[in-house]
This record gives sequence, structure tokens and C-alpha cells, in this order.
Amino acid sequence: MTKTYKIEVDCANCANKMEQAASRIEGVAEVNVAFMAQKMTVRFAENSDEKTVMKAVLAACRKIEPDCEIVF
Amino acid sequence: MLTRILIASGFTALLFLLPLREPFKGLLFLIPYAVIGYDILRNAVRGVINRQPFDENFLMAVATVGAFALGEYAEGTAVMLFYQIGELFQSCAVGKSRRSIAALMDIRPDFAVLESDGGSLMQVDPEQVAVGQIIVVKPGERIPLDGVILEGRSAIDTSSLTGESLPRTVGVGDEVIGGCINQSGPLRIRTTKPFGESTVAKILDLVENASARKAVSERFISKFARYYTPAVCLSALLLALLPPLVNTLLLSTDAGWSVWIYRALTFLVISCPCALVISIPLTFFAGIGGAGRAGILVKGSCYLETLAKVRRIAFDKTGTVTEGVFEVTDIVPVGVESETLLTYAALAESDSNHPISKSLRSAYGKPIDRERIKQVREIGGQGVCALIDGKSIAVGNARLMESIGLSLPPCEGIGTVVHVSVDGAYLGHIRIDDRIKPQAATAIASLKKLGIRQTVMLTGDRRQAAEEVAQALGIDRLQADLLPDGKVEAVESLLKEENGGTLAFVGDGINDAPVLARADIGIAMGALGSDAAIEAADVVLMDDDPGKIADAIRISRKCLAIVYENIVFSLGIKLLFLAMSAFGITDMWLAIFADVGVMVLAVLNAVRALSVKNETQKG
Repeated sequence: MTKTYKIEVDCANCANKMEQAASRIEGVAEVNVAFMAQKMTVRFAENSDEKTVMKAVLAACRKIEPDCEIVF
Repeated sequence: MLTRILIASGFTALLFLLPLREPFKGLLFLIPYAVIGYDILRNAVRGVINRQPFDENFLMAVATVGAFALGEYAEGTAVMLFYQIGELFQSCAVGKSRRSIAALMDIRPDFAVLESDGGSLMQVDPEQVAVGQIIVVKPGERIPLDGVILEGRSAIDTSSLTGESLPRTVGVGDEVIGGCINQSGPLRIRTTKPFGESTVAKILDLVENASARKAVSERFISKFARYYTPAVCLSALLLALLPPLVNTLLLSTDAGWSVWIYRALTFLVISCPCALVISIPLTFFAGIGGAGRAGILVKGSCYLETLAKVRRIAFDKTGTVTEGVFEVTDIVPVGVESETLLTYAALAESDSNHPISKSLRSAYGKPIDRERIKQVREIGGQGVCALIDGKSIAVGNARLMESIGLSLPPCEGIGTVVHVSVDGAYLGHIRIDDRIKPQAATAIASLKKLGIRQTVMLTGDRRQAAEEVAQALGIDRLQADLLPDGKVEAVESLLKEENGGTLAFVGDGINDAPVLARADIGIAMGALGSDAAIEAADVVLMDDDPGKIADAIRISRKCLAIVYENIVFSLGIKLLFLAMSAFGITDMWLAIFADVGVMVLAVLNAVRALSVKNETQKG
């Protein structure tokens, strides 16, 4: 399953870092953060729960930019 | 943010002018420093705690705290101040270009006016409208869904989809595409597709996901940034430690700690990679947005990159360089007026819906007098026999003529030939051909001007027919008589050729989806209303003007040129200033100006990719 989320991120480099950080979260098969479009596209691994995974992704992103937002 | 900048800069200026003594000066400078930089410091500390230390917050924090430690209060505060001004500018510029691109691509209909069975109107979300329901679109409104006009005449503005500025006139029975704007009259439309499958939804989806397909240079920059910052931090540390140690231990001279630490801190100020990291995706985004405005949809930054490298282009013939509509091109009568020949042919074929029959009737151009026609008999695969004005007429191909015992004079040339006989006597033939698009020849010429080394035409048509088209257009190579899957093989063998260069395939998306996918880059044209084409291709030209191919290449090249300019320019300036600060030629003031300045220039340069209007008009 692949889903696209709206993400609020202020700096382009942070977007790159978030992409890296999110890709290490369990349940994420592939992730792409498009800074310009403010979109995060996540391909979930099989049998993973979207909500749990996204919560972990958000937590990882907050570590990079404390005021970042992902709508899911 | 702006208030913080104003307060801090006012305070700094004041302190700068006041003759203060240590340690008050340092303590007082801490006030504007804290006002402007508290979040940077906080983020830097947080970064260290989260084991993500090497970011620009960290660089700025170390540089400015270091400056304070060295007693350079004014500089420390100013660096933080300018850094924040730069950040503010960056977020404004990025936000602005994002909004302007979003506005360009704003084809999403906000609502649909649904007509219920009783005739009452209700405003609903386009997604709630089912297939077959009736919607009403007032002048000035956006047509929300694909459908067929039941009532009304109007001009519709398709420019947001095609880049074509001339409005299209539509009337009852015409199909309309959602996303266009109804200009002059109210329309009643019966929907033919749900919103999710409509052209506008597909386009929106494509544009919104375009930036997810990143270009090689984009990936390069994010990778580069990952190593760059730690590398610079390490070199700064070495710069601060090594020379003084060498001085004291080996040369037994004065260590000069403060000089070298100051240089190292300046080093840190310049090292911020933001100019690069922001300007590259911004350029691609602007390029895709600009292309979209011209009716060229590029499905991702990576395709923009490939497009710029295209050296060879293979074309499909029918529907791509030709109209895909048949037309009478030549009338060769034997012993009669050509008017007579055409009249007999048109009358005999008056009942048929075959494209050839249609083209005969449209060439005849007059209403058909049905009184003259009797006993029409269609002979499958050969033609038509009929009794017209009491004469026995046969209209059809060579086989039909042979079957009634006529031997034909040899006839060379292209297209489909229709022979006519009257009472067993040969009357002549009419040649019908697919018409070459009027813009096709200029399109090929402008591609050549862009340095396209080779143009190839792939077609299933007879060689003779195709050769003439290829010659008329100035196409270099021709592969005719191809079976449907022959085109894929043809493209594969073209791809295998040595020193061939990047190959693009241009088709109309009907029947050639596998070929579009196989080429280095697939360009589908005339895609308005053809979902198959939108899905199969990497680049989609919304209308069927082949001139757009050159435009697309021009836009992509401009975009790539800006990308390289930005990479070279920002890296060049950074490296120059890094070297200068290592030798102590520059100070922190210059360093921060260089850093913010490079970023501003790179962002402004990136936004240039958005303006494609002039380029397309020149072509």
C-alpha cells in the first residue's frame, strides 16, 4: 500500500533528513519526502498498520524538526 | 520572525554606537543575540541530544558562541541576525514560488451543480456526482467532470490543461473535459466518468506526485549535503587546532590560538549547505510547473533530466505527425471532369460510415441527392456497386475493378486509392490520404535546430506511403511495414545502437503504450481525453501540436542549465570563501554575506525556471 501525506517541513535539508529517518522505521518499505510539494509518500511493508507506522514516522521527524506536522 | 529581526537589529545598532566597556558590552550584546538566536541554539542542543548534530543550527550556534567567547560580540550577533534574515527570505521565496506553481496547476474544480430529476439545482462536491447524472455549468465556472453536452453552446477555455490560449467552441453532443472553464453560455452536461477517473483527477494526481520522482542531480545534492556538513566541521576543528599546535610545538613561535579559532569559526559560517539543498528541488519544481503551464506534463524531475539529454527522436506516424484523419488528396479522372468522378464516388459511398467514405463525402461538400441513388450493394473488402442516374457505378479498390473485368492502368504513389467505373468503363481514381499536421514540418525543423541528431519514423503503413511523409517532413530514417509489436522491436534495436544517444519516442498513446514505456523517455501527445496516454508516458503533451516536443526539450534544458549553474555557483563561492577564510583573508561579516547572498541568488535563479512563456513563443 502506498499513501501520500501532507507534511509541514521548513527546510529542504530537514526534508532530506526526514526521508532518511522515516526510511529506517519498521513497516516503511519506501519513503519519499518532496520538500517543494510538502508531501510525504510512504509505501508500507506488508502487514503493517498505517497508524502505528505513521506515529513512529512523525516521532522520528519531530526529532529533526520539532514543529513539523504530518497529516494522517 | 520579522519583529524579532527588527528588535534585534535595532538593539545591535544601538550597542554598536554606545561606547561600552567590558564586561557590560558582552552582557548587553547577549540580549539581541538571545532574541534573534534562541531557537537556533535550542535546535542545536536538541540536535546533539537526538544524535543528529551536524545541521545548520549547530554550525551557526558553534560559530556565534565561539565569536562571543573570543570577545567578538558584534560579529556573533550579526552573523545570527543575517542568518535569520536569510532563512526568512528563503521561506518567503520558496513559499511564494510554491503558491504560484500551485495556482498554475489549480485545475481542481471546487464544486459541481447537480440537476435533480425535478429540475432543482444543488451544489455538491464533484466526487459525489455519479456517471450519467446531469450537471449545469454557468459561464465563468469550471467544468467539474468529463461529460457530453446535452444543451447549450459555449466557448470553453482549455488553457489550464493545454496551454492553448484560443478557446474551443462546443455545442450539443460534444464531449467536454473537466478542468476547462466555460466562458460564454450555460451548459447542461451529462457526466461520462466519475471524478476519480476523470482527466482532471488523473492530471492532478500526476502533477502532485511529480516531485516524488527525484532527478539524479537532486539525489546527488542530498547525498552531498549528508557528507558536506560533517566534513566542514571536521576541517574547522583541524583548522582551529593544527596550525597553533604546529606553531608552538614545531616552530616554537606564538601559537596564535585566537586567530586560528576565529578563522575556523568563519569557516563554519560559510559551510551551511542550504543554498544548494534548497535551490535544486526548487528549480525542478519550477521547471515542472512552468512546463505544466505550457500544456506539457512532466511526470517527475528525473524525466526532465532525461528529456534534456534527448538526442534521437522516434515518431509514430498516424496521429502524431499526421492528423489521423483521412482526406482526398488527389483526383485523377480518365476522360471526364474530376467533379463528375468525385460526385459518383461520393453518391455511391453515401451510406457508409467508413473513414474513406466520409472523406469522399466531405470532399464532395454538397448535400447528397438521395433520389439519384438506387440499389446500393456493398461488397466487403472491395467497395460499393450502385445504380446512379440509371448508370451502373462501381467504386472500390483494384480487386473490385478486376472482378468486373477491367484492367487498370498502373498507378504509383501513396495513400489509399479508390477506383471508379461507369457501365463497365474506367473513369479514373481518387487518392485518399492521411493529412500531415500543418505544424509538423516546423516542429521537426526546430528539433533539428535544438541539436537532435536523428529523427526516425516508425509506422505500420506501406513504405511508399510513409516515405513521402518522411521526405516532406525532413525525417532522417524510416521503418515502415511494421507489425504492431514491431514498433517495440524497432525501438529496442534503436536503443542498442552504439553512440546513439538518449532516445525519445513520441506517440499518440493509442496502441503504443509498450513502445512509450520501452524508449528512454516516452512522450504521448494529444492526451486530452486519452487516459491511456497519460498513464503510459513519462511526458504528456496535452494537445496534439508536435511543436510542443521542441518546447518540452527547451524547457527541460533551461531547467537543467539552471540546476548546473546553481550547483557550480554555490559550490564555487563556498569553496572560494572556505579557502579565503582558512588563509584569513575574509572575516565573519563577509562570510555571512557570502552565505546568505549565494542562497538568495540561487533561489532567484531557480525561480527563473518557472517562466517558459517567452521560450515557447519563440519556437
